[in-house]
Amino acid sequence: MTTLVTDPNLPDPDGFYERLIAMHHGLSDAESALVNAKLVLLLANHVGDPDVLVQAMAAARRGVGPPA
Amino acid sequence: MKTYTNPIYPYVRSRDQDAGPARHAVVVVGAGPIGLAVAIDLAQRGVPVVVLDEDETVSVGSRAICYAKRALEILDRLGVGQRVVDKGIGWNVGKVFFHDALAYRFDLLPETGHRRPAFVNLQQYWLEEYLVDRARELPAIDVRWKNRVEQVAPHRDHVELVVDTPDGPYTLRCDWLIVCDGARSPVRRMLGLEAEGQVFRDRFLIADILMQSDFPTERWFWFDPPFHPHQSVLLHRQADDVWRIDFQLGWDADPEEEKKPERILPRLRAMLGPDARFEIEWASVYTFQCRRLQSFRHGRAVFAGDAAHVVSPFGARGANSGFQDTDNLAWKLELVLAGKAPERLLDTYDAERTVAADENIRNSTRATDFITPKSHVSRVFRDAVLGLAREHPFARRLVNSGRLSVPAVLSGSPLNTPDADADFAPGPGAMIPGAPAADAPVTGPDGSWLLRYLESGFTLLAFGNAVTPDAVEALAHAPIPCRVVQVGGGPVPGVTVIGDTEGLVARRYDARHGTVYLLRPDQHVAARWRAFDPARVRAAIARATCND
Repeated sequence: MTTLVTDPNLPDPDGFYERLIAMHHGLSDAESALVNAKLVLLLANHVGDPDVLVQAMAAARRGVGPPA
Repeated sequence: MKTYTNPIYPYVRSRDQDAGPARHAVVVVGAGPIGLAVAIDLAQRGVPVVVLDEDETVSVGSRAICYAKRALEILDRLGVGQRVVDKGIGWNVGKVFFHDALAYRFDLLPETGHRRPAFVNLQQYWLEEYLVDRARELPAIDVRWKNRVEQVAPHRDHVELVVDTPDGPYTLRCDWLIVCDGARSPVRRMLGLEAEGQVFRDRFLIADILMQSDFPTERWFWFDPPFHPHQSVLLHRQADDVWRIDFQLGWDADPEEEKKPERILPRLRAMLGPDARFEIEWASVYTFQCRRLQSFRHGRAVFAGDAAHVVSPFGARGANSGFQDTDNLAWKLELVLAGKAPERLLDTYDAERTVAADENIRNSTRATDFITPKSHVSRVFRDAVLGLAREHPFARRLVNSGRLSVPAVLSGSPLNTPDADADFAPGPGAMIPGAPAADAPVTGPDGSWLLRYLESGFTLLAFGNAVTPDAVEALAHAPIPCRVVQVGGGPVPGVTVIGDTEGLVARRYDARHGTVYLLRPDQHVAARWRAFDPARVRAAIARATCND
């Protein structure tokens, strides 16, 4: 099983984060939520591997709300 | 304040006030850290300098407190580095907290084998006092307190100033005006110039408190802590048991109200606990900006430090970049004044330092945007990053409480001679043309650190007996002389030989026998080769001084 990469893997973390926030410029909260959802779907399709996606979902949900 | 009494430097009437307009080679406006640094650097190069300051003391309040390794190295060359390090508080560890728990810790401790630590914290007034002491040792410096510039008239080959004093105004002319009068720069305004950029809609309270505490000597940064909800807090230790605490207040805070002790004390008690014993030394409320002048040179007026560029404080990129400005400017101005380089060498000060300013502005803007999210979605992302950071290393790289000042690599500079030998190893920290020289432990007649040997003028750092005695002689007697410092190898007349006892010089400079590095007077690499060739060295010095 492929393990989800959680060690640093972005060549330019600050540049990535700046572009990520800039992507939302001028959007309402609802529009931002929609854009984020589309981004997740695009990246999920790029990743492809269901094992990795399941691990990512679990890591994202951890500590938020009641246990899934 | 209990721990510091501002010295008073008395106004002294100058001879220039009794005669017609005197003309000086260089006038510096502003006796803050940057104005004093450039004056000392020039004076050490034999250039006489008049420094004008509207006040009669050093900084009131601690203001800039974090001095980075490169700034300390520059201060070493100016003769005050040791006092700053002795008095200041060195630190390497930073901790970032989110809500009530540690998100992660970082250690700035660089590899060993450097004279200076990553950072030293010291109140700005101490640093300024040391710089004034140093300036007073140099007869080429004339600091005139209570001399306020009232008018500035730029001309083709000089600048004319009207200066007000307790005895009334007088007129002064200078070949070159160096403007170091701070972020609000009255001279910049008088010249009709504006710094362009971004103002952040947020306010911060700085409180300096005197406290005996067993807090470790670390930089602590809190996002949204229980004692100051929805905002950030930064804690730093300074000299004399003074602690700096920055409270983010938000844009709607009333700056006058927030400065009052009855407003500050509850914030401090909430943070430090009901039993903490402390006294407020100094407090201030500020907003900040990230902006710079389009050009740092306007004819015979050259801008340095906050007068040229301002950044938000996260990352300590203000004063630290100002010292790199003066480091870059002083040797160029010396050569231009001596007629050894054309005026356009000073345009490269602008070219090199505006690139560095943009890098500082980019980094401090990003930090500010992370600390002060401007929209709901950016706050959600920030909190997601902080939440993931506890468990996942990748997210720690995204947490941005300030990217701490590192020296600019002037890789795109027109003064560099690009590598002709392709086999130098690439990678971060590589000594490429434009990089600041890395320090390393050495043995030799002038102490045990490499940078000490690279302090005056151009230097050729040669590994082994790379340079022939007649070439040493020719380099030393050229119009722009160049000293040879040799790492290892046998003695050569006129050459300082140093020992690379730990092998770190060779490793950091990716050197082997015969490798030579040409270093500028500000210790940036101008060129490097695998073998010495006098014609190439001459050409590289010409290029580095706009004499090509």
